[in-house]
Formats: sequence, structure tokens, C-alpha cells
Amino acid sequence: MPRRFPPAMRHLLSATVQNVPGVLSHISGMLASRGYNIDSLAVGETEAPDLSRMTFVVRGDDRVLDQVRLQLEKIVTVVQVNDISSRDYVERDLMLIKVQAPAGAVRSQVKELADIFRGKIVDVAGDSVVVEISGTENKIEGFIDMMRPLGILELVRTGRIAMVRGNEPGPSGDVTHLPADHAISPETLA
Amino acid sequence: MATADRPHTSDTFVLGADAVVESLVRQGVEVIFAYPGGASMPLHQSLTRYADRLRTILPRHEQGGAFAAQGYARSTGKPGVCMGTSGPGALNLVTAIADARMDSVPLIALTGQVGTSVIGTDAFQETPIVEVCRSITKHHYLVTDANDIPRVMREAFHVATTGRQGPVLIDLPKNVQLTQIQPDYDAEMRLPGYRPEPRAVKPEQIAQVAAAIKRAKKPVIYAGGGVISGEASAELRELVRKTGIPVTMTLMGLGAYPGDQPLSLDMLGMHGSVYANYAVDEADLLIAVGVRFDDRVTGNVEKFAQHGFIVHIDVDPSEINKNKLVHVPIVADVKEALVELNKVVEPPAAGLDDWHAQIARWKSEDPFAYDETYSGILAQEAIAELSRLTAERDTVISVGVGQHQMWSAQFYKFREPRRWLSSSGLGTMGFGLPAAMGAAVGCPDAVVVDIDGDGSFLMNVQELATCHCEKIPVKVLLLNNQHLGMVVQWEDRFFKGNRAHTYLGPVHHPEAAGQGDGISPEARYPDFVGVATSFGWQAETISEKADLTPALQRLIDAEGPALLDVQVPYQEHVLPMIPSGMTVRELIKE
Repeated sequence: MPRRFPPAMRHLLSATVQNVPGVLSHISGMLASRGYNIDSLAVGETEAPDLSRMTFVVRGDDRVLDQVRLQLEKIVTVVQVNDISSRDYVERDLMLIKVQAPAGAVRSQVKELADIFRGKIVDVAGDSVVVEISGTENKIEGFIDMMRPLGILELVRTGRIAMVRGNEPGPSGDVTHLPADHAISPETLA
Repeated sequence: MATADRPHTSDTFVLGADAVVESLVRQGVEVIFAYPGGASMPLHQSLTRYADRLRTILPRHEQGGAFAAQGYARSTGKPGVCMGTSGPGALNLVTAIADARMDSVPLIALTGQVGTSVIGTDAFQETPIVEVCRSITKHHYLVTDANDIPRVMREAFHVATTGRQGPVLIDLPKNVQLTQIQPDYDAEMRLPGYRPEPRAVKPEQIAQVAAAIKRAKKPVIYAGGGVISGEASAELRELVRKTGIPVTMTLMGLGAYPGDQPLSLDMLGMHGSVYANYAVDEADLLIAVGVRFDDRVTGNVEKFAQHGFIVHIDVDPSEINKNKLVHVPIVADVKEALVELNKVVEPPAAGLDDWHAQIARWKSEDPFAYDETYSGILAQEAIAELSRLTAERDTVISVGVGQHQMWSAQFYKFREPRRWLSSSGLGTMGFGLPAAMGAAVGCPDAVVVDIDGDGSFLMNVQELATCHCEKIPVKVLLLNNQHLGMVVQWEDRFFKGNRAHTYLGPVHHPEAAGQGDGISPEARYPDFVGVATSFGWQAETISEKADLTPALQRLIDAEGPALLDVQVPYQEHVLPMIPSGMTVRELIKE
């Protein structure tokens, strides 16, 4: 069964970090050595080449979260940390899932479900297909639940990434210029 | 590179190693404790070229060098610098780096590293020391481009000495040390995520604290190492003078307030005074300054100071609410916060006469005490006597870890900050001798005494050689009970006295099995006087009470390094004691 937690315990932290060797190792080591539970960690470069963005999903009460944030901020190469859970934000997770789907009724069923979940089939082999799907954690896990009876052969996820909506100052303190109507509402399938 | 047209760029090319050493000199470093090896040879060659401006001291083990750098830093307030070669040399620094992190000591650790072309190939003496040290440093660098050296050096000193201080590691591959560069010593620092500038103290928070003090009937100040590293001892004394609030100190905080003053409650916590622990337990206001609510202080943290309103002032935001939720959290430079508080503070409106009288009663009922009728010499008595004999002199005391450390905290009266050097957070045995060595280099006019146990002393005993060869006049008061006394005490209290590898003599002695009735002078092992004299030290041993005072006086007055081996019983326990995780209700007095 997919793990589900009370929403209040689940926090999305967005951190900008200096793009230097070892920063990921430093951060993951700190989190592990202090016993914090990390559900997901995604990292990638930003528009500024010397900065990377890390997005964490952390579980815990407010006190735990405060400590995680403060301990992260204490790391010299961490530039800024924001808990964006309390803000209006867009959250995405990208998944590639390979399921058993021999040509015929089962494959049609996968195709149909992928369409409903706004995913797409990106590879077809004799007995299996690979579906690419992105969305919120709930949506992704909903799709996994639907695929489970068919037989999941392989599954890979990027981990959560997130961005604050509209013109609210973003996690790095700047203003994002994405018009509000470009932002997509989080689906509540599942 | 853009550095070519910067005005401060040197016209001439220098070796990377020279840029490292030049940076040390520009940072005001006057001594480095460095043990050479293959990967750090260019740095050592460069140190010889700077010998007139920077003293290089060769320790006899890298750990000794790193603790000496700590002793220098803790006693002077300036950053300490140590160096080792790659691999084993670097790894031997690790314990002292972790120790500096726990006690917030500004330490710069330089390490040689194998050349960048062979990093990652398991080359001879290769260890990924930055990986090893990530979680135990405040910051760390692996320098792969020699042009970065001046900037990295500036950043390292900046990070180590600002905010909550701590150790910074700089790993320097050998080819980087040998690369010719045009150094820019004013290169801009690149620390976008490091903001140690003290936050402006909020006036409303200061007003809250002042109001809490005004209505308090049983206030206590709980002062820690942050007061000392924050150079706020004078401001703390001013606060006490203005308000009459009694002060208890952590192990790291001793000396922040004079231990010989009536309003000093001495140390609190596991082996703290009965009166400090009672006072904190009954306090209606606890002002925690530069502390971290360590488990050795709080015991059961839920029940610690449970009746009081708690104010917590600390420079490190992550310390606030980490172990204990407080009512007024103030993230600020301790000195600045106390300066602001002192401007507006008034004494408690109802007066503190009752509270002072209560504390005086507790003090007279349960002072730190030992059996003065004991026929031989007790460790406590030796320490108390040393405290009396050195009261009028500038004295730095360092210690190892164990019973002698706790007794020193209890019976030596520290009057000034930076005069008590103790591995407090990490609790590293072997700290005392090298730390004393560094302090003696940094404070040449002070008497520097390592009060040590025989177990701790032996862990870095090789530094006897450094003291002799470098003419560093360290004194050692060796409280020799032939046992690992603190572990013995816990064996007695919690393991029915079963001796489990806590006797330090030959295993065929009955004491190794917890039998025997005292160790005869001939049976004592090793012969510490013989050890010390073979290293060129003056040394003597005593066991008679009548010899204590004159022997201590000779120790203090000795010209060069000197050791006094004092035979003390191993049956003594450090008291009072609040067992781990318990409360003041479970305090053991005897």
C-alpha cells in the first residue's frame, strides 16, 4: 500500500543551494544523521548557473520542521530554505511506470487509464508498455494503485518539485512572472 | 581569468603553498601546529620561508597538534590553526575537529591531499577527508584550483570566527600547493548562504525580558559557553550587578561569572552543585544565555526548570527550541542582547532577599565537599589547594575527561573567562596536555596547568616531547588513581562494582578484578616520573598529605615543563550526581 500521511505532517521545503560539489551529500548526510524522515528529494540546476534548487518532502510536526529548516540553513552552502506548504503552490512529480500489458484488452485498459490521468504511453514492447505521468503525489499514487493489479514491472519517480503560484515572492525571494492563468490547478483524481 | 586586471593582484607568480601561508600571516596567525607528510611537504617548505612571521610547532601526533590549536583558540579567542598530511595525518585530526564543532571553537584545519589527477583512485595515503568531516565541520573545502586559495582562506577564517564559531577544514591537493598563481588576497568571498551578522535585537523582546525580571521572585541566570565565545562576560556581570540575580554556569560557561562571588551558584547539571540544581528547579524565571540545554545539564528535559518562565538568548537559531521549548526565544549576539537588556533592566520589584536567603541556606547545607579527615591526598583537595595557591596569578587550567575534570569544575574557582579549557561536548580523553600546550603558547604570561587523570594523560602523552623541544612550560597535576575513575564510579553505582577493563595496571593485579585493598606505591604503573623525566621534564611524585602544598608550589614555580604525580584513591565518587535522564528529585548526595 502506498504510504499516506496526514497533510498537516507533510511539508514541502524548497531550498536554493550553491552549485558546488558535495552539497547534496552534505545535506542528505545531515538529514540522515539527525534522524529526519525525508519522503522525497529532488535536485536540479536553476536559471542561475551557480545555484541549484532542492525540493524536499519532510514529515513531522511543526517543531521537527523548524529544526529541519534551521539545520539546513546552518549549512554554509545552503542559501535559502522555505517551507512552502502553507502557501499556494503547484506541486509535481514525474513518473515512468512499466506495466505488463499484452496487446489486446489489457493494453487498451492501460491506454484508457493513462488518458484519464493525462499520462502518455512512451514505449511499447511485446508484453509491456511504459507510461509517463506527472502530477501531484495523490494522482501519481492513484495511478499506481490502478496499475498494481495488472502487474508493475518497473517504476521510477523524480520526487516532488514545487513552485509558489502567481506573483507571490518565490522561495528565492524574487517575484515569479508567470501569469496566474498559466498555472494549472492540481488535479484531484485518485 | 578576470583576476588578471584586479588592482590587488600580485604581479609575481607564487606557489599555491606560499599563497596559503601568506594568507595565514595576513589573517594574523602567529602559530601553526603542523605535522608533515608527503602530501603537505610544499606547505611545510613554505612555512620555513615565513619562519620569522609565523611559528611552526611540530606536535608528536596530529591529534595533539589539533588540540593544541584548540587550546590556543579557547584561551586567546583567536582562531587556532593545525595541519596534517593526507590520509592518516588528516584522519588523526578528526577527533579534535569534531570536538571543536561540539564546543564551538574556531579551528582552521589544513590537510594535504593527493594530487587531483589521482584523487578517487585509492592512491597512497588518500582519504576523502572532506567527506569524512562534512558533518563535524562548520564548513569545508577541497581546493581543486590554486587560484581559489586566497578566497578560500579568507572565507575559512570568516566562517570559523563569526556567528556560532566552529571548525573549518581546507583540503589542499599536492599539485594545487605546487601550482604557480598570481594571488589576489582581496578576492571577494562567495558565501551567499552564510549570514552570520547578528540580527538586530528586537526592543519588544528586550522589554519582555526586563518585565519578566521585574516581576520575578526567584530568578536564575543559566550561562554557557556562548557568553565566553561571545565575549559577553563583562555584560553578564553588569546584569548581575544591576539585578542581583544569581548565576549558574555550564561546564563550558565556567569563568563567565566569577566563581568566588556570593551570587555564583557554580556549575549545574549532572555533577553540578546541589544549590544550582535546586535553584533552577524552583526558579520562576530562567534566563538562559549562550547555552544549548544539553542533556548533561537538564537530565529529564521535560521536567527541567518546569516551574519557570524561560528566556533563551543564543546566536544560533537552530538552538532555539531544539531541546527545550522556551517562552521568549531571542536569536541574537549574546553580547549585543545583554548590552540592550542592561540599558533598561531594573531589579525585581519585590526584592530578592528571600531568594538570596534560600540560596544561602542551600549553599551552607550542601556545599561541594570532600572528606577532609582522609589520611592521604584526595583529588578534590589537590585541586582546591591548587585553586588557592594560584588565586592571585593569571592561571589557565586544562583537563582531560572524567572524575578529575568534574572535580576541577567543582573545586577550582574560575574568576575570568577563557581560563578553563575542557572538552565538554565531545568529552575527549587526552585533551588536557595538548590543550595546555596551545594555551601556554598563546598566553605566555599565564601559569598553564593541565589537571589530568592517569587515563586521559596517557592518551596524548607524546606531547611531553613537544613541550620539552619547543620550550613550552606546561605544568601537569596528575591525579593518579590507576583507574578510569568515572567509569569505575558508574560500575559501582549501576553495575554492582564489576570491574570491566577500568584498571590501568597489569591484568594479573587483583585490582583488575575489582579486588585488593589499595595499590602500593611500588605496584603503580607506569612510573610517570620516569616517563616525564625521560622526556626532559622535571617531575616528582607524592602521596602524603603534608607534601601537597609545597609540591604544588614547586610545580607552579618551576621554570620549564613540570609534572606532579599525586597518588589518589580510586574509591572516591564525584558527588553530587543526578543520574542520566533523571531530575533533581533523584539527586544523589552520597
